[in-house]
Amino acid sequence: MTAIKTRESAAESRGPTPRVELPRLGWPGGLRYLWTQLTSMRTALILLFALALAAIPGSLVPQRRVSPVRVSDFINEHPTLGPIYDKIGLFDVYSSPWFSAIYLLLFVSLIGCIVPRVGVYAKALRARPPKTPRNLTRLPAYARAEISDSDHEVLDRAAVALRRGHYRVDVYSDSVAAERGYLREAGNLVFHISLVFVLIGIAIGVLFGFRGTSVVIVGQGFSNNLTQYDDFSAGARFTEADLAPFSVTLKNFDVRFETGPVQRGAARLFRANVEVTDGPGAPPRQEVLEVNKPLQIDGTTVHLIGHGYAPKVTVKDAEGNVAFSGPVVMLPQDSNFTSLGAIKAPDARPQRLAFEAYFFPTAVLNDQGPQSIFPDALNPALFTNVWYGPPKVETGKPENVYSLDTTGLSQLKQSDGQPVRIALTVGDGVNLPDGQGSIQLDGWVRWVKLQIGDTPGVLISLIALGFAVAGLCLSLFVRPRRVWIRVRDGEAGHRVLEAGGLDRADARAGLTDDVAELAAELSRRPEKVSAT
Amino acid sequence: MRYEYYSNVALVSSVVVYALAMFAHAAECAAARRVNVAGKSQPELVNVSAEEMRAEPSNMRPEPSPILPEPVEGRNDADLEDSPAASHRVEQFGRMGVALTIIGFLLSVAGVLMRALAADRAPWGNMFEFTITATVFVVGAYLIMLWRTGARWLGLPVTLLAAVGNGLAVTVFYVAVAPLVPALHSVWFLIHIVAAAISGAAFNVGGVMSILYLIKKRAEDRGTVRGYLERLPNSRKIDLIAYRFLAFAFPLWTFTVVAGAIWAEYAWGRYWGWDPKETWALVTWVIYACYLHARSTAGWRGTRAAVIAIIGLASFWFNFIGINLLVSGLHSYAGI
Repeated sequence: MTAIKTRESAAESRGPTPRVELPRLGWPGGLRYLWTQLTSMRTALILLFALALAAIPGSLVPQRRVSPVRVSDFINEHPTLGPIYDKIGLFDVYSSPWFSAIYLLLFVSLIGCIVPRVGVYAKALRARPPKTPRNLTRLPAYARAEISDSDHEVLDRAAVALRRGHYRVDVYSDSVAAERGYLREAGNLVFHISLVFVLIGIAIGVLFGFRGTSVVIVGQGFSNNLTQYDDFSAGARFTEADLAPFSVTLKNFDVRFETGPVQRGAARLFRANVEVTDGPGAPPRQEVLEVNKPLQIDGTTVHLIGHGYAPKVTVKDAEGNVAFSGPVVMLPQDSNFTSLGAIKAPDARPQRLAFEAYFFPTAVLNDQGPQSIFPDALNPALFTNVWYGPPKVETGKPENVYSLDTTGLSQLKQSDGQPVRIALTVGDGVNLPDGQGSIQLDGWVRWVKLQIGDTPGVLISLIALGFAVAGLCLSLFVRPRRVWIRVRDGEAGHRVLEAGGLDRADARAGLTDDVAELAAELSRRPEKVSAT
Repeated sequence: MRYEYYSNVALVSSVVVYALAMFAHAAECAAARRVNVAGKSQPELVNVSAEEMRAEPSNMRPEPSPILPEPVEGRNDADLEDSPAASHRVEQFGRMGVALTIIGFLLSVAGVLMRALAADRAPWGNMFEFTITATVFVVGAYLIMLWRTGARWLGLPVTLLAAVGNGLAVTVFYVAVAPLVPALHSVWFLIHIVAAAISGAAFNVGGVMSILYLIKKRAEDRGTVRGYLERLPNSRKIDLIAYRFLAFAFPLWTFTVVAGAIWAEYAWGRYWGWDPKETWALVTWVIYACYLHARSTAGWRGTRAAVIAIIGLASFWFNFIGINLLVSGLHSYAGI
């Protein structure tokens, strides 16, 4: 867009002379033209603005990567807007084509900007300070002082003083030229090149990395192979062989919540004691896993990223046989850990049984029904309804373990037609109506959600970011300056020293003072020497 | 409990004292304006714009120029000799403002320190604590500038900022002392947040200066530099000081974001997850990158760059207040 505009205005500006034959650009010229436009500072500015703008919707519209549930809620709530948003990628802003286009263009523009500047800088590295200008009074800072020493001595002294101030110095017969601050451009280049390396590091992570989560109940374990993951995503160049063959057993998990009046219920401690086995046959070692203290196992990082409750339940069928027994992982729904899950006893006979269950760690009953009022298990209770149906053929198709698919099932009802609702506290058991069997809450246990992953290339990004910050500081805080000193005839036969200075970056104060001080110092020194 | 109470007393007092300081500086400006109008307002104006014009192109100009004296800040003090009583009043209000600011600063520092004692940890675990800490940095930076360069003209906007900042903190953001959630138990808690507070303070000062720059520039262009504006240095110098603050803040903000990413890996298992706070930190970073680029691009210096700096400040504030209170994300530590 801008490119076209500039072209038009350029043509207009040649207006007065009619019918000028503009040289035809042709393909190579056209490409070069595009390249110049893309690498111009103005385009970079526009792209930066575009990047800032494009990043904003992702923070206001729910994102699939962060919360798929909120995205589907949003689509349900906005039947017209939702699909439009979906089509233009507003639910996946940061992987959408338009967002990628902006940052890729920005980086192309960045590289196009760096490459020629590195060449220029390489020459500048060996450059000498510019020759002393004829008229130093024209410089922004100027000072003069009478001298009594020989020209030669004064100029030598000037050269020494300036070199001490990290100037690059050239001495001429009647003057000294000095320049400093070459590191500014170096810092600037380092910063921009580092940004490219940051992107390379991220790309390596995306290509070769993997990340997955697994829910592990206290007392049970996780071994690092694909079947044990609840969800798993990996880069294009990842292979299953890259998974290190370790296993982790969760010995216990300690949780504490705020019980004081301020922020009651806020988490205060998560600590998991785990036993790590680095590979088959390796001796197990004890480790502590906490938030902020992930485990490093053979290049793989294991994080503790969530926790919840798994009520232990025993279900007996109509024939009195145990159809299911064990902990059932339930998903927390709110900050007080009201947890939702499904208890399934497909082996119950003659009818299979299933329960939709809510677990309340600290249950109270009020007008709105049961509620949890504290995240810790102070008064745990399980509330369920009951479903039954004919046995299902094992299809081997994966199904959601956290929710109940009620197709082929009927809800168990009381004689008055109301659905059966069961409330259980720990140790309670209830016989189902019509001799359908029984359910008992044996206790509860905690589970943790482990995140297992590896992001190679992150070290590259991190080192590059270190360089970027250092380069940034150089480019912002180094102030290039040029200073010239000349000796010449002054009034009444005196020799005078002239000093002139020029700052090549703004935001520096004190040039005038520094130049005046330098002039005074260079002219004064001999008196001090002779006095001693 | 006792520390918490005294901390609150100190902070509420600091709001009152900062507000009084602001009134004193406002009175100082009003009095200065009267003096100018009563005195030689016409020649003064001509004089000012002439000097302004000479001073204006001094940065980019390659052509010859006479040696320029640095613009004189306390210029009108000299002009006020006609009415010593009035000039005395100006000076008195000014000193009163500074004295009140120092008292407010001490109260505010005491408030933060006692909050730390009360909580038995670094006092930046929530929005309230972050704001009172950042205010200390803002006023501290101003007092250092006042001491080093006599920039009393900053008194009015800084005391306004401090009164509003601490005022919001004690009324809207206030939460009682509480320990931290496990995700905050990290050494990065100190590094990341203090870097954010310092760079936030510098962004705020830089942003206020960019606003002053725009106002002053406009007045200069129209030849209507009067009252408070006359007490400001010329627009070119304001722009320079604003740049210094922002140039200081930008690398530090970069570091803040990087430190945040490292911490996020430890606490949440990923470096970057496009959490709303992360996104807006990046947006803010990009806007200030725009500012720095604009400042070295012909046609974007001055007014446009200042506008970008102000947009950057708006983005910082939205990230702080809007995201904390309106959008749910992992950075929801406001506790309100």
